[in-house]
Amino acid sequence: MIPDFLNDPSHWGHFLFWSAFKVMMAFAIIMPMVAYSVMLERRVSAAIQDRIGPNRVGPFGILQPMADGLKAILKEDFTPSHVRRIYFILAPAISMIPAFLTVAVIPFGSKLGNQNMVIANLNVGILYTFSIVSLGVYGIVLAGYASNSKYPFLGGIRASAQMISYEIAMGMAAVPVFMLVGDLNLGKVIAYQADGAWLVFKQPIAFVIFLVSAFAETNRLPFDMPESETELVSGYNTEYSSMKFALFFMGEYAAMISVSALMVTLFFGGWTLPFMGLNETATSLAGGILHILIFLIKIAFFMILFVWIRWMLPRFRYDQLMDLGWKRFLPLALANIIITAVILWIGHL
Amino acid sequence: MEALLFYLFASLTLICGLLVVANPLTRNPVTSAMFLVLTIVSMAGLFVLLHAFFLAAVQVMVYAGAVIVLFLFVIMLLDIKSVEQKGFNPLSLFMGLLGLLAVGGMVIQSILRSNVGQGLKPQLEGATKELGVELFTHYVLAFEIMGVLLLVGMMGVILLSKKDLK
Amino acid sequence: MIGLEHYLIVSALLFSLGMMGVILRRNLIVIYMGLELMLNAANLALVAFSRFNNSMDGQVMVFFVITVAAAEVAVGLALIVALYRKRQSTEVADLTTLKL
Repeated sequence: MIPDFLNDPSHWGHFLFWSAFKVMMAFAIIMPMVAYSVMLERRVSAAIQDRIGPNRVGPFGILQPMADGLKAILKEDFTPSHVRRIYFILAPAISMIPAFLTVAVIPFGSKLGNQNMVIANLNVGILYTFSIVSLGVYGIVLAGYASNSKYPFLGGIRASAQMISYEIAMGMAAVPVFMLVGDLNLGKVIAYQADGAWLVFKQPIAFVIFLVSAFAETNRLPFDMPESETELVSGYNTEYSSMKFALFFMGEYAAMISVSALMVTLFFGGWTLPFMGLNETATSLAGGILHILIFLIKIAFFMILFVWIRWMLPRFRYDQLMDLGWKRFLPLALANIIITAVILWIGHL
Repeated sequence: MEALLFYLFASLTLICGLLVVANPLTRNPVTSAMFLVLTIVSMAGLFVLLHAFFLAAVQVMVYAGAVIVLFLFVIMLLDIKSVEQKGFNPLSLFMGLLGLLAVGGMVIQSILRSNVGQGLKPQLEGATKELGVELFTHYVLAFEIMGVLLLVGMMGVILLSKKDLK
Repeated sequence: MIGLEHYLIVSALLFSLGMMGVILRRNLIVIYMGLELMLNAANLALVAFSRFNNSMDGQVMVFFVITVAAAEVAVGLALIVALYRKRQSTEVADLTTLKL
């Protein structure tokens, strides 16, 4: 994983250039996706509630995210006097960063020219992802602590308990995938799915647990207890305004995108499609771009699912949430691991 | 490049470690906890330099992701103010630092004198698979005991956090 | 070239820092953090030995240390919470008697 060229100065320039290029590209793709998923959320919710939604700015309202961004920047950045100032400023940034770090190991395409379309091809890719996901809780907890008032504090406490609990279910749900693949590298997971069936068909239980845990990890309805605007007046971000609030908001959507990318990679074959030879590594430039597009479309599908569920389901009660995580999903995930192990063992006999 | 990264991560680890225990600006336990997170993460960087990739990931996942969140959780729940404002007793501070320097200096002296790294080349590739094989063959008993230990720990915590501790 | 002794010295320094925390600080929770630092210093030394002696045993030991540390922190923090319920304090100076 630390390739030898790190010790070979003649390759540094090449390595740094391509890494920087890929990081920039991933960033340049994700930021507009974040903006337009907010837009998507507003339009879909409007459709579900039989409204029209934002359609004034630009044709069909497609410039609405720019207007939102401009509004967030121009608003007064108000800091209440009772907050713990350093953490108050740090928390929004901390909540944003892990979502972007996760993307680093996810292969978002096959090949473009002679470059693999993954920023860092780690051989412990999934472990890296889970360790970064587990850092996501700090932004919210610190926001709750820094705000130094009742509702944000309760939101922060709820968030830390909820995210730790569901992280375990999420990790356990992903274990059978790697038992089948036999490798922790996400590129190998995609290669395995390209050869056979997508893992969602082989591990449906794991996928369902992973999906529901993803909702809890990103604090989305029906598990948005840390925010729950009706009882905690939007929880940890109550005291935030202007761009700091916008950072939390964007952090939430960025986390949704990265967890969708993870689900696409683990269960839906990543950038592959099982027909028209799209399972093969691209040889032409057009093929490479097509693979990236396939990946983005699969993510978009999950984003729509996230939004759709938010406007269809009511919120859980907190004890029901904990029950679901610890008493249903964790045992189910463990049973799934054992069953997978037994099937693999029988296959080896 | 590797030397550069080593000095970067090592100095980060030590500086953040120092700020955990003796932050000149604040005695706030939350600040200590946050610097502990930074210490752990930069130490994961050192693990990566030692090619222990699995352990680096586990280090971040378990320590930064769970243990320190627990710390924060308890600090927030107990609402501990940074009360520790009264200074240290100068004599005990002096003696403590002296003893510390003596112990640290002794260990470092003996490391330097013993030529412990002489002729040793970095060679082990800490692949996840080999670690797993080792864990489930030679160390399988220890592994099982660890499971029991975790169970006992869990039961202890549940008992201890009952409201009416008798 | 970075050798074994470089890692060992970092480990020794980190261990000293952790010990300093345990000796100097009065808050039980921060003392606990000092303990964590000491455990981590030991982990670093073990991983370094493991790499330079071409043996997996050190890494397995680190795996166990991390597991035990997690259990230890859970139990320790539960004890601190229980103590806090009785005494409304986490300062070691307030906990000088051997009874609750």
